[in-house]
Amino acid sequence: MTVTETIKVNLTPRELEEARRRLGREPNQTELGMIDIMWSEHCSYKSSRQILRKLPKSGRRVVVGPGYDSGVVDIGDGDVIAFKIESHNHPSAIEPYNGAATGIGGIIRDILCMNCRPIALLDSLRFGNLESSHSRWLFQNVVKGIADYGNCTGIPTVAGEVEFDESFETNCLVNVACVGVGKAENLTLGRMDRPGDIIVLVGGATGRDGIHGVTFASRTIHEESELDRPAVQIGNPFTKKVVVEATLEALRASKVTAVKDLGGGGLTCALSEMSSKGGTGVEINLEEIHVREQGMTPYELLLSESQERMLFTVTPEGQEEVLRVFQKWEIPYSIIGKVTDTGLLVAKYHGRVVANITSRLLTNSPLAQRISRRPKTKHVKKVLRRPVPQNLSDIIYRLLSQPDIASKELVYRQYDHEVGVRTVLKPGDADAAVLRIIGADKAIAVKVDCNSSYCHLNPYDGHAAAVAEGARNVAATGAEPIAVTDCCNFGNPENSEVYWQFKEAISGIAYMLNGLKIPCVGGNVSFYNEDERTGRAVKPTTTIVTLGLIEKLSHITSMALKKAGESIILVGKTFPELGGSQYYRLINLNGGRLPHPVASKERASIRTVIEAIRSGYITATHDCSKGGLAVSLAEMAIKGDLGLTFDLGAVPHASTMRIDEILFSESSARFILTTPQARASKLLSLARKRGVPAAKIGEVTESNYRITTNRKELVECSVERMREVWRGAIPKLMEMA
Amino acid sequence: MKTAVIQFPGSNCDLDVLHILKDILHVEADLIWHRDFEGSDYAAAVLPGGFSYGDYLRAGIIAAHSPAVRHIKEMAREGKLIIGICNGFQILIESGLLPGALLRNQGTSFICKWVKIRLETSQTPFTKNIQKGTILNIPIAHAEGRYVNEPEGIKELRENNQVVFRYVNDHGDLTEDGNPNGSMDSIAGICNLDRNILGLMPHPERASEPILSPFLDSDGLKILSTLTQT
Repeated sequence: MTVTETIKVNLTPRELEEARRRLGREPNQTELGMIDIMWSEHCSYKSSRQILRKLPKSGRRVVVGPGYDSGVVDIGDGDVIAFKIESHNHPSAIEPYNGAATGIGGIIRDILCMNCRPIALLDSLRFGNLESSHSRWLFQNVVKGIADYGNCTGIPTVAGEVEFDESFETNCLVNVACVGVGKAENLTLGRMDRPGDIIVLVGGATGRDGIHGVTFASRTIHEESELDRPAVQIGNPFTKKVVVEATLEALRASKVTAVKDLGGGGLTCALSEMSSKGGTGVEINLEEIHVREQGMTPYELLLSESQERMLFTVTPEGQEEVLRVFQKWEIPYSIIGKVTDTGLLVAKYHGRVVANITSRLLTNSPLAQRISRRPKTKHVKKVLRRPVPQNLSDIIYRLLSQPDIASKELVYRQYDHEVGVRTVLKPGDADAAVLRIIGADKAIAVKVDCNSSYCHLNPYDGHAAAVAEGARNVAATGAEPIAVTDCCNFGNPENSEVYWQFKEAISGIAYMLNGLKIPCVGGNVSFYNEDERTGRAVKPTTTIVTLGLIEKLSHITSMALKKAGESIILVGKTFPELGGSQYYRLINLNGGRLPHPVASKERASIRTVIEAIRSGYITATHDCSKGGLAVSLAEMAIKGDLGLTFDLGAVPHASTMRIDEILFSESSARFILTTPQARASKLLSLARKRGVPAAKIGEVTESNYRITTNRKELVECSVERMREVWRGAIPKLMEMA
Repeated sequence: MKTAVIQFPGSNCDLDVLHILKDILHVEADLIWHRDFEGSDYAAAVLPGGFSYGDYLRAGIIAAHSPAVRHIKEMAREGKLIIGICNGFQILIESGLLPGALLRNQGTSFICKWVKIRLETSQTPFTKNIQKGTILNIPIAHAEGRYVNEPEGIKELRENNQVVFRYVNDHGDLTEDGNPNGSMDSIAGICNLDRNILGLMPHPERASEPILSPFLDSDGLKILSTLTQT
């Protein structure tokens, strides 16, 4: 009997054969478990590596690109920003509170590894419709998990997005991003370069939790998934906070040569990735690990995914100084081995070699051969045939209470978004959060975006639109978009139609990034977001985190209307593009033509807005997206507690568009800006110079939201009532029994 | 003499307070690890916000029993100034330096929000420069900030003029909707009988620079700046 018959592995026969060939022998049981973990989809990116290569990853500001714990971007004066996003979908779908909480824990460590201080968290969440009690349970507990964990770590949760769609009923999506700030000269990379360095395991004690968490995440959710609950780790935010501070203090001693977090794949993943990147090997003694359960086998010690652990390499001379830091913070640690020059990962247990395997064998999995096939079902490009609704103000109120549009205050009130004294534009203030860099006249803007309905109708255009929206969102605050990181959430890649969606998505993202000259500095891929019972996958969703740089604090711009009498300018042209729109969803219309983003147009609109903001005469900016012009203007009025009036006839639009199409189309490349009346013509000539359609469509008033068409009154809404329905919609749904 | 900002494991707002003291107010201040803290070195001390010891057992209770708080008590006896903000207020209550209790918010959730508080007395070293009745814009961020006390205790606080701040609505009135966490008597901050210890749930350090305020003001500085005059 071979060992491969004694433990259950997820490796395919072909992969097993390849492992034996590279090893030149039969792996023992421990080694087999290590290979199984490292060659899982989660650790190896075996289905996605070949596709992700299409993304542009270089640029003058890129300091560290994909392949490390997080991407790092230069923001001038020696300051750098590290940022990264990760999914925690599978654990959250089974155990929402702890699943979401540990998602934050992991992403914080990724920033920390680069020697950057985590300064912001963002969360991108997707659930089924709130009419379902299961969705409400997931929503409530995911948010509470993020709040309880994030708040305790002292890192503000500054921005995010929430979408509701039945495709996320079983498989909710929980993507969490972290942003850190540091100095270029102090960066560390998770790489073991120096044989002889001491390896120290720091933080929480190792237990049996989370064993095979990544193989669990590399499967679809099925009826027995409830039994996988032990594969969800339990986080401890207090330990995390202490680990964060101790790590930063230890790094200041500059005797630390590398740091890496222990996440998916545990010690096996960290040791093999760090040594294989540095071209070195490791020798470790497993009995030295501080444990919280007795009798753990070498297999369990190597594969445990217990939370709040970090792996350090330290110079032998610096060992004492670094250990003193951990002693001060009363963090448990153990010296578990040393870096070697052999290229081998050698694990011993009480002197006996239990694994002896080349690091690169583990980190360089064979690529999976995946087939991609365009789905047969074509989405019909429907034409809207029903008549224009009589009562348009009623439609506007109802759109404002659509959960995707309605205020997410219920969520962000529970998050400490102020700690760190950096948050200038807070949740709900603007299209992106803005954090100042303390001690400098500059700030960063961050936002996470995707529109799953678009991506479902057309993964290429939908994902290109997500990139464009992210860039517009940071630009609206006065920031130059300088880099993105992405998080792919798809169904089973072994399904050829899902794989086609993935390939299309990445091509769409690459198209828009290239067009806007923005690099992608890292990412995360989550497959198998699929309900095994129904065979239904989530709508394809790659969330895009966009980082923007604001050169001067005086450029920071929010979305609230500021003053009655100011002019409202619409930048960009409106087309009859309502496929996937909130309006179609409200009136139960599927399909249709979705916004078609064109990189050159996006670029021109964005440049216009940034230039205008930098000139100092823009008082409010909002990108025009979900719910279209009507909703975006309503949001600006609600925020500013002012009214407005605008004329549909003035809106630059394609010929023969209906009133409701002009109001609710979600065409890309559009912004709404306000400016003092005297400066309106200046803004319009700036747009003209750049070839961007733009027009003055109305002005800010003291109260009431009015739409006219050719000076005839079309709609009149009370801003007070708009605020009520917009703020009350989600709390009302959550109160349902 | 210097001001100490005491750092417990789990403190969150330590660096924020330090930033305001050193970079904005140009006060001599040290961030000091709780084990290394000696009261005799300092004229004033700040217990910053956060989740000291992870809020295990009850917010603030573990720190309240630390040697650092023994030093705080000594400083208080000597008449030195002590401010406890948020978790720091919880520690002052748990250590018996301030009366009452801070319980889970009404509505149970964590709340992060800019609120309005009204100054109820100028007769403390921390508020001597602010006129009684002044409304301050300031954010709160806590899950356990609902101030409660026995009816007798509330009465004593009133009689002794120990209520320093109350939550009010946008118009400066004491109303239910102006009271974000359900505190008794809308209490947001109190002082001790000797008036040299101030505890408050809102975060003055987050309201000390116009750029961070939705109202472009720096009301928190009015409180923290009194530490420069020690």
